[in-house]
Amino acid sequence: MTFIGWLQIALVLGAVLVCAWPLGHYMARVFEGEKTILSPFLVPVERVFYGASGIKSNKEQSWRDYALAMLAFNAVGFVALYALMRLQTALPLNPQGFSGVAPDLAFNTAMSFVTNTNWQAYGGETTMSHLVQMAGLAVQNFLSAATGMALAIAVTRAFARSSAQTIGNFWVDMTRATLYVLLPLSVVLAIAFALTGVPQTLSGSIDATTLEGAKQTIALGPVASQEAIKQLGTNGGGFFNVNAAHPFENPNAWSNILSIWSMLLISTALTFTFGHMVGDRRQGTALLIAMYALLITATAIVYWAETSGNPLLAKSGVDIAAGNMEGKEVRFGQALSALYVVATTALSCGAVNTMHNSLMPLGGAVPLFLIQLGEILPGGVGSGLYGMLAIAILAVFIAGLMVGRTPEYLGKKIEAREMKLAMLALLILPLAILGFSATAVMLPTALQSLANAGPRGLTEILYAYSSASGNNGSAFAGLSANTPWYNTTLGISMLLGRFAYVVPVMAIAGALAAKKKVPASSGTFPTHGALFIGLLIGVILILGGLQYFPALALGPIVEHFLMLAGKTF
Amino acid sequence: MSARAIPLLDAVILRQAALDALPKLAPAKLVRNPVMFVTAVVALLVTLLWVRDLLMGNSGLLFSGQIAAWLWFTVLFANFAEAIAEGRGKAHADALRSTRSETLAKLLLHPEDSKDGQWQQKAADLLKIGDVVLVEAGDTIPADGEVIEGIASVNESAITGESAPVIRESGGDRSAVTGGTVVLSDWIKVRVTAERGSSFLDKMIALVESAQRQKTPNELALSILLSGMTLIFLIAVTTLWGLAGYSGTALSLTVLVALLVTLIPTTIGGLLSAIGIAGMDRLIRFNVMATSGRAVEAAGDVDTLLLDKTGTITYGNRLATAFIPAPGLTDRDVAAAALLSSLSDETPEGRSIVALAKGQYGQAEPDAKERHAQFIPFSAQTRISGVDIDDRRIRKGAVDAILKSISLTIDTAPAAFRESVEIISRSGGTPLAVADGQRLLGVIHLKDVVKPDIKERFAALRSMGIKTVMVTGDNPVTAAAIATEAGVDDYIAEATPQDKLAYIKAEQAKGRLIAMCGDGTNDAPALAQADVGVAMQSGTQAAREAGNMVDLDSNPTKLIEVTEIGKQLLMTRGSLTTFSIANDVAKYFAIVPALFLATYPELGALNIMHLSTPESAILSAVIFNALIIVALIPLALKGIGYSPIGASALLRRNLLVYGLGGLIVPFVGIKLIDIIVTVLHLV
Repeated sequence: MTFIGWLQIALVLGAVLVCAWPLGHYMARVFEGEKTILSPFLVPVERVFYGASGIKSNKEQSWRDYALAMLAFNAVGFVALYALMRLQTALPLNPQGFSGVAPDLAFNTAMSFVTNTNWQAYGGETTMSHLVQMAGLAVQNFLSAATGMALAIAVTRAFARSSAQTIGNFWVDMTRATLYVLLPLSVVLAIAFALTGVPQTLSGSIDATTLEGAKQTIALGPVASQEAIKQLGTNGGGFFNVNAAHPFENPNAWSNILSIWSMLLISTALTFTFGHMVGDRRQGTALLIAMYALLITATAIVYWAETSGNPLLAKSGVDIAAGNMEGKEVRFGQALSALYVVATTALSCGAVNTMHNSLMPLGGAVPLFLIQLGEILPGGVGSGLYGMLAIAILAVFIAGLMVGRTPEYLGKKIEAREMKLAMLALLILPLAILGFSATAVMLPTALQSLANAGPRGLTEILYAYSSASGNNGSAFAGLSANTPWYNTTLGISMLLGRFAYVVPVMAIAGALAAKKKVPASSGTFPTHGALFIGLLIGVILILGGLQYFPALALGPIVEHFLMLAGKTF
Repeated sequence: MSARAIPLLDAVILRQAALDALPKLAPAKLVRNPVMFVTAVVALLVTLLWVRDLLMGNSGLLFSGQIAAWLWFTVLFANFAEAIAEGRGKAHADALRSTRSETLAKLLLHPEDSKDGQWQQKAADLLKIGDVVLVEAGDTIPADGEVIEGIASVNESAITGESAPVIRESGGDRSAVTGGTVVLSDWIKVRVTAERGSSFLDKMIALVESAQRQKTPNELALSILLSGMTLIFLIAVTTLWGLAGYSGTALSLTVLVALLVTLIPTTIGGLLSAIGIAGMDRLIRFNVMATSGRAVEAAGDVDTLLLDKTGTITYGNRLATAFIPAPGLTDRDVAAAALLSSLSDETPEGRSIVALAKGQYGQAEPDAKERHAQFIPFSAQTRISGVDIDDRRIRKGAVDAILKSISLTIDTAPAAFRESVEIISRSGGTPLAVADGQRLLGVIHLKDVVKPDIKERFAALRSMGIKTVMVTGDNPVTAAAIATEAGVDDYIAEATPQDKLAYIKAEQAKGRLIAMCGDGTNDAPALAQADVGVAMQSGTQAAREAGNMVDLDSNPTKLIEVTEIGKQLLMTRGSLTTFSIANDVAKYFAIVPALFLATYPELGALNIMHLSTPESAILSAVIFNALIIVALIPLALKGIGYSPIGASALLRRNLLVYGLGGLIVPFVGIKLIDIIVTVLHLV
């Protein structure tokens, strides 16, 4: 670890915070329907959409209607995307003449893009037609992110309101998230990416003759614009198979910084939005501090583990002064590779600029554990905030009793109903991650997909199910996941991780919105101070640790000790 | 009260509780507690496997036998904790109940005819609502009821512990009587208002008996959390079998069960019911009976306390505090005259005038008899009392009444006199004018004296986040003065019962929880509306039925203790939950390396406690898990001390003790048990 390295990390995170602050308050105004700088241009556009689709923009929905609208919208998105892939041979814009995508892969991919996971069991440039890429995948990049934002805003309203029956209008929130936030930011960001050297062209590919005289086909395309929404919407599905390690997706240090900045931006800003909307900015800041404290700690661990290098190589006389550089790009360096690894998994982004399977055992344990924590640091666009709020409810419940009052969060009493729903939501991740992993390791067919044996193999499987269930989408690699078993079970994991999780959370929102806001007094447990932040961090770590410690012990932890003892896999 | 105190761990109760723990193993009872139910099911599983191994002559019987035994102990210890709490609660309740068990009632045969005194004997247990019974001197009142005729002095010490008899009479606010109390003189006819099984006492007893006990809302929410955690650990442990299989370790069911039981929150799961019962029991010991556990929880959440001024904040009687002379006279002149006029005045005000004149103003006791004093008693019409002595005609009374009697008005009275009257009124006091014949002597300052220490108590409440509101019939000026002196946050002056009700509703609309106490029938609507309504035992039946608690001591300040008991109950739950979950960290470090030592000796690095063998590590964790329940029983029964230091400080303290403590204690405990297990060669 070097001072310069930490300076780079600090500068990137600082830039995120500086930009997230105004964006957060801007979003609060957008979703509260107030006038913003873009209103003169976009209000007429909004009206056209509402008029055409017959949506009454001033009519709000109960949590049930809101959740049903969200589910229906995503179901339609899923079916459309699935159909596009299956039928791509018969559809236009398929110059390479790709055949229809196999059912299991189409299921997996459709689920993956609808759930904001962007797990890619295929090579994009060799499987999907341009139509699928543009009308299917790219559209879902926007819509899944907008869905996440809408849900987070609806949950925020539940805390902000008192004795309310409604939590907003899904269609309006979706429209505004897309029009006012995602589209403008994407345009600006795409231009910025293009300026750093990311290609933005409609030409397919060019043929080049290498120095050896061999012919090479170099794929091109509208990479900058794809990259923008991929990062902003914490989607993570790359234009190229190797994602942000590809020199066209991420050509240099500047594009790398821009990548990290843009994936952290909206999730970070949403904490400010939350504080703004509930009428107490300190509440949002407290969540943010807890998130960033863990994010920075995780970065430190990865940075340390990777720069320490592999002791086995040192023993064999290799100079490991540069640390473990396997799977990393020299143009990004250790510090920003570590930050990228942590950010992409602490978020639900899943873009990668580093081969996670090449990380040291402990370096690899960190992204795995971050995903298992539920990607709440600060998490996916929207999903991070509502995931964090679910944990906060739990933390408040456990510790809130200790001040001698029945627990309350932001003036809302947390009672049996909320607890039941919160536990229901929190059961989903361990059930999907551990359940499918344990089943997979007992199936010979599933084990055939492994590239490595022993603990590393276990980590690969655990990582795949964690990534899918957490809607992350990054791959540890080493696992050939394009098989019917993995395509199907990972698809189900994504489904559970997104929708089985969010429906109870929405039900909590409905229950909380209907409650009266209890005014705070000096007997109330304050949820904005250092004590609460510490408590929240403690609950996140202990809860996550208790669920996954045995599994992690058999994966990366034991691998670390085995490596120290000289055994590798 | 002292007779009620039962030592925390009484030998008789402990013995009985040990016996009661066994029948609680019945599945129908266990299923009420999901954590313990899971523990019992897996204990049974391990036991069956042990029997199979025994029959087949397999090895490792000593280890798995001990695991099975300690799993059963875990369940039994939890049952034991509940049984102790129940035993203590019942002991307190039985002391109340015993008085009533053999009572025979004199059931009136023709109650509609008040002249007809014919009655027949009937067991108290068989009385029905509406029956009218005659209770004469020396009889025990057979059931809760209302006096419909007669007046009697009643000894209520059986339930209040207060030996001074109280008057019970028909009509008015003193008509309610409680079963089990004894009539000392005269007779009353009582209409039974509660059958056996539905009286306050019976409701209270139901709250300390687990079989009938309903889970309170917060207890229910906590149970859900604990069940959810149990499910999560069930997933983690079940899937571990598969993951271990991949890694080349075949985990036996016994060790998986050991891991599961140590991880699921057995500590709080085992003590939850005991904590709730002990909370009720603490109320009984404070001589407060609650009709539902919900009310006790609500007490911890109370934001606003509505307190009657009289009797709670002030002594309830106006006491003389100063004599202020009219121009040309000394305060001693006023004192002497006031003393003479009050000699036969037996009201607290009169007595306080005598005491003040003799004490602070150094007046000697005048010999009224020798001087042929003729006393004029107070009448509501004149609002004046006084004395004719020697040739003096001393009168004292309301300022306007006295002025009128000497043909003055407040405007024509001397300026100095007018000023002192004004000062007294403004300070919340009551001025009493004193005149001798046609001569105005001066003013007596009567003051509602605020109880000592009450200001500190209110300050403590404020730091608990509780707002105090004084309710008084006084005018706003007087009310404001007393409110300032007592340090309450708000007051309702010239309060009518409707005002009280309206105030409660308004506060509730803002999301606040209100507690109040009351005794009159006109308090009933407000008592019913309040979240915590404490009725005074001395109050009317209507008030007692409207409230959700009854204070047997009829002491309104007890609202404060009730609130603290509610808070203690919630804090104890929260702290032990935190402790229970924090414990799991150490258990992982004990068991996980032990499970995989054969396959991955390198994982021994996680054995930071250096436990001697894998078997010893697992057994020690299981033993610790069982014993910690027993170790925490006293804490669960006593409750965690509440101090009004503000929520943040309280949380910091409890997080440090039970959170951090919960992390550290099991490391030490498991290590110690491991040493003992190793020395004794138990595995």
